[in-house]
Amino acid sequence: MSSQSAIPNPQSAISVTFTLNGSSVTVEIDPADRLLDTLRYRLGLTGTKEGCGEGECGACTVYLDGVPVNSCLIPTYQVRDRKVETIESLDPRALEAFERCGATQCGACTPGVVMTAWWIRGHPDLLRTHTIRELMAGNLCRCTGYDGIVDSIKEALGER
Amino acid sequence: MNALLPESIPEALDMLARDPAAVPMAGGTDLLVHWPVRIEAHDRTYLDLSRLEDLKPLTWKADELVLGALTTYWDVIRDERVGREFPLLVQAARQVGAIQIQARGTWAGNVVNASPAADGVPALMAYDATVVLESRRGREEVPLDRFYSGYKEMRRRADQLVVAIRIPRRTYSFQIFEKVGSRRAQAIAKVGLAVTHSDAGWRVVAASVAPTIRRCPAVERLLETGARAGVSSSEDLSPAIAQDVAPIDDIRSSARYRNRAMARVLYHDLKDFWRPRA
Amino acid sequence: MRRREALAKLTGREQYVDDLPLEGFLWGMTVRSPAPRGRVTAVRFGKDVDWSQFVVVDHRDIPGPNVVALIEEDQPVLAAGYVRHVHEPVLLVAHASREAARRAVRSIEVVVEAEPPALDFRVVAPAEQIQYGPDNVLKRLKIEKGDVERALARAPVVVSGTYETGAQEHVYLETQGMIAYLEDDVLVVKGSMQCPYYVLKALQHALARDETRVRVVQTPTGGGFGGKEEFPSHIALHAALLALKSGRPVKLIYDRGEDMAATTKRHPALVRHRTGLSRDGRLLAQDVEVVIDGGAYVTLSPVVLSRAIIHAAGPYACEHVRIQGRAMFTNAVPFGAFRGFGAPQTQFAGERHMDVVARTLAVDPVELRRVNLLKDGQTTATGQVIRDSTDRVAVMERALELSRYREKQGEHTAFNATHETLRRGMGLATFFHGAGFTGGGEVALKSRLRVAGRADGGVEVLSANIEMGQGTLTVFTELAAARLGLDPDDVTIAEADTSRVPNSGPTVASRTTMIVGGLVERAADDLRRRLGLDHSARGADVKQAIRRWHLEHPAEPLFGEAAYEKPPGIEWDDKSYRGDAYGAFAWAAYVAEVEVDLRTCATRVIDFTAVQEVGKVLNPTLARGQVQGGVVQGIGWALMEECTWQDGAMANNQLTNYLIPTSDDVPSIRVAFIENPYPHGGGGGAKGLGELPIDGPAPAIVNAVAAATGADPRTIPVTPERLMELMEIADFGLRNAD
Repeated sequence: MSSQSAIPNPQSAISVTFTLNGSSVTVEIDPADRLLDTLRYRLGLTGTKEGCGEGECGACTVYLDGVPVNSCLIPTYQVRDRKVETIESLDPRALEAFERCGATQCGACTPGVVMTAWWIRGHPDLLRTHTIRELMAGNLCRCTGYDGIVDSIKEALGER
Repeated sequence: MNALLPESIPEALDMLARDPAAVPMAGGTDLLVHWPVRIEAHDRTYLDLSRLEDLKPLTWKADELVLGALTTYWDVIRDERVGREFPLLVQAARQVGAIQIQARGTWAGNVVNASPAADGVPALMAYDATVVLESRRGREEVPLDRFYSGYKEMRRRADQLVVAIRIPRRTYSFQIFEKVGSRRAQAIAKVGLAVTHSDAGWRVVAASVAPTIRRCPAVERLLETGARAGVSSSEDLSPAIAQDVAPIDDIRSSARYRNRAMARVLYHDLKDFWRPRA
Repeated sequence: MRRREALAKLTGREQYVDDLPLEGFLWGMTVRSPAPRGRVTAVRFGKDVDWSQFVVVDHRDIPGPNVVALIEEDQPVLAAGYVRHVHEPVLLVAHASREAARRAVRSIEVVVEAEPPALDFRVVAPAEQIQYGPDNVLKRLKIEKGDVERALARAPVVVSGTYETGAQEHVYLETQGMIAYLEDDVLVVKGSMQCPYYVLKALQHALARDETRVRVVQTPTGGGFGGKEEFPSHIALHAALLALKSGRPVKLIYDRGEDMAATTKRHPALVRHRTGLSRDGRLLAQDVEVVIDGGAYVTLSPVVLSRAIIHAAGPYACEHVRIQGRAMFTNAVPFGAFRGFGAPQTQFAGERHMDVVARTLAVDPVELRRVNLLKDGQTTATGQVIRDSTDRVAVMERALELSRYREKQGEHTAFNATHETLRRGMGLATFFHGAGFTGGGEVALKSRLRVAGRADGGVEVLSANIEMGQGTLTVFTELAAARLGLDPDDVTIAEADTSRVPNSGPTVASRTTMIVGGLVERAADDLRRRLGLDHSARGADVKQAIRRWHLEHPAEPLFGEAAYEKPPGIEWDDKSYRGDAYGAFAWAAYVAEVEVDLRTCATRVIDFTAVQEVGKVLNPTLARGQVQGGVVQGIGWALMEECTWQDGAMANNQLTNYLIPTSDDVPSIRVAFIENPYPHGGGGGAKGLGELPIDGPAPAIVNAVAAATGADPRTIPVTPERLMELMEIADFGLRNAD
């Protein structure tokens, strides 16, 4: 794969087994590897992006046990025996509303946006206590001004 | 980097006793910020708490709510009873970053991060929370408003683990929470305030205006005693505030702004209590 | 047509530079100056590192001149013994392990013998801080029309004002990065960029390689906004030097903190107005002084200054105008292109000043604009006659109508009189933006573009203009398909690879649709001509002709070409700075409604209306997205985006402390377009749109804050701290209901 795969200190390598996008996977990691690093550089799943490394932008959003989290803030060893889902697990055919309503421009924030948005769509009860904009506030976008994203989510919710 | 992976609380306490320099890690939302460039952090040992299932749940008892060490902000937001009895916890939790952080950040982690800008601590402190610590040497309980001794210093020994936060159930006649900033969803408050009133008295707790999050006894006294008759503008609160807090200029805001915003928010939000009764 | 690459982006399949598979590469990293100015007296390598395991590059490894080619040859690729700003690149290291490379960078100490830095562009620098020319002025420009001094002396009313705008960081969600490797003797550089040919030129120059031995490829780019206009050349050179020295592929990706601290930002500006008017509000004289901070190298500051002064007097008719501009040298990290490119700065000042004038004259800000907005036949500050028959007052009226401006002002009067702590206000800005390069700039670019016929009968557009989210791929597809009657699926847009595509110019200045889109259409026409087809031939006839041609001419390329032609009647004098600055201006009126919390002085934008005349809207979803995105960037710049400085470098270089708007900080942005086709604009009349939307929000918002609170902000961002200072007394406006 890539040079990142070399573990600096092989003695400290840890073997981590977890469920990734529905299948069991075992990977050798350095304890310092964040889940984001493991996904992108060891497992070749580059759909999840790094935008800030500080849990502010949400470009690295994945699901951990079904809930959106920032993979840049999770040590890989913490997902052992747990369930991780990335953007690669979403059915492209389900994203028509996002295509139509201008949810994406440059695309760098998009996988993270779609993960959070899709989760909102799957939990409409949240809208009894939260607005869409509040729930999306952990996904920064610099291109769309957010209307395209919010419109897409409303459309997707209407499709249910 | 070394990762210790205990499967039980006793095992965790043993590991901590043997290596007190190990850093307990819950959700990682503070410890992993800027991880790749913080090289010195890679050379430490971390104690992973994520498998200690017993620490996860929040528990309702007859006279208290107990947050487990791994109870997250999202757990609290989703518990309707918390919303009814301890609304400031829910308000504080909703203003912690956004969902991705709320789903991982823990109340206990927030407490032991000991930041003067911590999100959950002011609400906990205003509810008279107690920190429960365990170690191989036994259990210890410390009231949260006595837990911090200085900037990033707390009454936790290196071999101790926070296992729970206990919150007494009370009837509150008044409670407010404010997180002052330039933006809605934000990581770090410029000024944080939590105020409650019950039969146990007034609690006024401030964040980001002192080296530690702390109660404001001079302001509380103004509210408790009849001195409130002498407050007819936010400026009248300044002397009491000056006794209680000492905000600084930093990268986010200025001391001047913090002082004035705190005075105005307290003055306005408590306006029913500042005027003499007719 | 929907954005053609939308699904790839939505599913995470679009591959940005850090996503590309790359075998056996080294991670590159940069060692930077710790000081703002001085001589490098030593570079110390830590003793506990085995340096034989690392590739290390310094200025001596540069084959050609140690210069990043741009306007002036003043900026080195790597500092050679002297540094002019904090974070200036001094050395490069590479290693297979990213962590090892990071540790290595930490282990290298650059020792600088410090000299006194110039860090305030607003003041006259003392002698020991002069480092450029006799007075640290990188560039001076002047626009003059009529006799402003005389007109001011005779004006019944003169209103002065000083306005300041701060730097702005792009925060493109994909940080900057490059890959470099050798393919036989050809150096290949791929990465996130707006201008492949700028990068090519820089590589050729400093590496002394001709164009047969360098190839630059733009990878899908996660946002640019001008921040990837010229800075990518630096990273490309750095990655290339490491690749050349090591013989291995090199990947160099900036961390967010590094990107924020070390790359370009919007030029800070100070603008002074002296305005003469009649008592009923007609502009008689406009005297404007514009000063911008260029930082430690010239980069693009002369061009930013140019656009800044051309827009400084606003979309108004005035016979006597003088605009004097200076770009200043300081030891700050150099400033660079950012959407709007000088126009947002001077139009913030101009539009805030209009409201200050209105207040001084006790005239309605709407009426003041109505009286002065340019009418056809009148001239701009540079003497350009406006004759596009756009009713600029109608543009404003539409914004007032859609925003319910008058109605809401009435509602606010009642609201503000009774609410304990909140104040609401409406604010207006009318403004304009000239698209394309200024004056003779487009001619100088000599843009060329090709549309190739493919063997299967479809076509491929070959252009150097890139997609960074603004919709190039989709618009070019639509234009080529429409021109030839083809299905969009029959059109491909070639990767922007300098070994394949001609130089159609940089992706900047809102020129991609208006100017380069026109080249797509003309190249398609040329293709049709070469096929011997009638100009009305479309669809299946075209495809068949292409296929047949390929069968008859195997292994020969087939393409139509177009080269930029200046529209007739455009004359510009670069020496006197007079004439037709741009082929076309887009015109706009924006209205902001704000709510201020008097307890904290925090401002929220609760409603926003953006109306613009942009010639022709080719794709409503894309166009709307451009406006909404630009408006939200403007909201951030107006209220919360502030750079704090330490020795001329950004100290708050993390997203926790440099705040950009989240979805919860902005309302839905209401957008309306008015069409009035520009005869020389691509797609049947498009005018440039990308930058216009960031010129208007800041003044509209600050005017609204003034209306809501009675305060008079002159500087952005209007942070809560700043607003609180302006509002003086502790209980300003707070009410005790009795």
